[in-house]
Amino acid sequence: MSQAVVDRLRAQFGERILETSDAFGDHEVRVAVKDWVDVARCMKDDAELQMDHFIDLTAIDYPERQAARFDVTLTMRSSRNGARIRVRTQVRDGEEPGTLSGIWAGANWAEREVWDMFGIKFKDHPDMRRILLYEEFVGHPLRKDYPIDKAQPLVPYREESEIVKLPPFGIEEGQPFARIDWESRLAGRDYQVSPSIGVQQGQRRTLSDSEAAEQIQARIEARMAREAAEASEETSKEGSGE
Amino acid sequence: MGELKVLNGGGEVAVTTRLSDLLQWARKWSLFQYPFVTACCGMEFMATAAPRYDIARFGAEAPRFSPRQSDVLWVVGTISQRQGPVVRRIWEQMADPKWVIAFGTCASCGGFYDNYTTIPGVDKVIPVDVYIPGCPPRPEAVLDALMLLQEKIQANDRKPIVVPPKLVPERAPGRTVKGKS
Repeated sequence: MSQAVVDRLRAQFGERILETSDAFGDHEVRVAVKDWVDVARCMKDDAELQMDHFIDLTAIDYPERQAARFDVTLTMRSSRNGARIRVRTQVRDGEEPGTLSGIWAGANWAEREVWDMFGIKFKDHPDMRRILLYEEFVGHPLRKDYPIDKAQPLVPYREESEIVKLPPFGIEEGQPFARIDWESRLAGRDYQVSPSIGVQQGQRRTLSDSEAAEQIQARIEARMAREAAEASEETSKEGSGE
Repeated sequence: MGELKVLNGGGEVAVTTRLSDLLQWARKWSLFQYPFVTACCGMEFMATAAPRYDIARFGAEAPRFSPRQSDVLWVVGTISQRQGPVVRRIWEQMADPKWVIAFGTCASCGGFYDNYTTIPGVDKVIPVDVYIPGCPPRPEAVLDALMLLQEKIQANDRKPIVVPPKLVPERAPGRTVKGKS
């Protein structure tokens, strides 16, 4: 059913459809940012496609990608013929795709959420404000370079030394993911979530902040070394093949 | 109620105690509550407030949706950073003496929300008297918390306390209920 949509778009836009895929039955087309609004409007207005149901618009951050850091995806469906399709475009940091809020009213808040979480602005949007976070918030938390443990409290936290809590509440309350010993967790030795609970039950000792940082750094370095080794292996293979 | 002395002489009966004890006794049995319910723990709070568990037995059933008329602030559920100023302001509007109960793991320590959205425990913003662990806590734990709070009020004790865990007797045969006797 959705293949018909892809064919129709190919007929309409030709070379402007950069790429198509149908992994696991999910049909997807990729377009350039400049064609973003045109393709969406065609989907909505075309007598054959009639994509009248806006499902979602969101973004994905690929910080390692040099050319265009973000993918913005639009998922939609036709209530007339049941077709479902996803449109994707690659956006540079600071680049502004056109707004779709004039086509589907539902895109208004979805685009505000993308601005809030990823810092992608949409050109000609009627109300480009944060939607979930507060105006005082600095940065965009779903960017992968946003520090995982960085909170920005609106009220300064109380600092009173007489607060004494029993485990599992205390200094390491909550689930400090950075302090979890992922190596042993992955090896199946440790399923505890909270370090304090782990210590209480004698499962393992708690990692201090500096130890956790060292471990994370070591893991990053090991992964980079492994990837470099794999890359050099591949190039040597290619060289011998030719 | 503190130390009670019954004096019986010539058919006339008089009871003596300390005025502060009497006052605390009156306070602990008429706790007007302000339910600050933000998340799923609210369901368990409703169960506790409903007739089956019936917090009316403790004189704590009357909700006052004005902080100026309430004695206990029940913080029930996750407190996001955005709600921090709100809960702080409501607490500031309450008249003394006032108490705060952190209901559930999120209100006590942030729960599994260890990220930019959530305050890791409402005690980062306002002082808490009783913490109730659980995700969500059972109504029995909530009633335990209420009784602990009553004891604290009677003893005029403001030190924070966590509701201790209890073993369910039928699931741990041969063992008695741990915690307070």
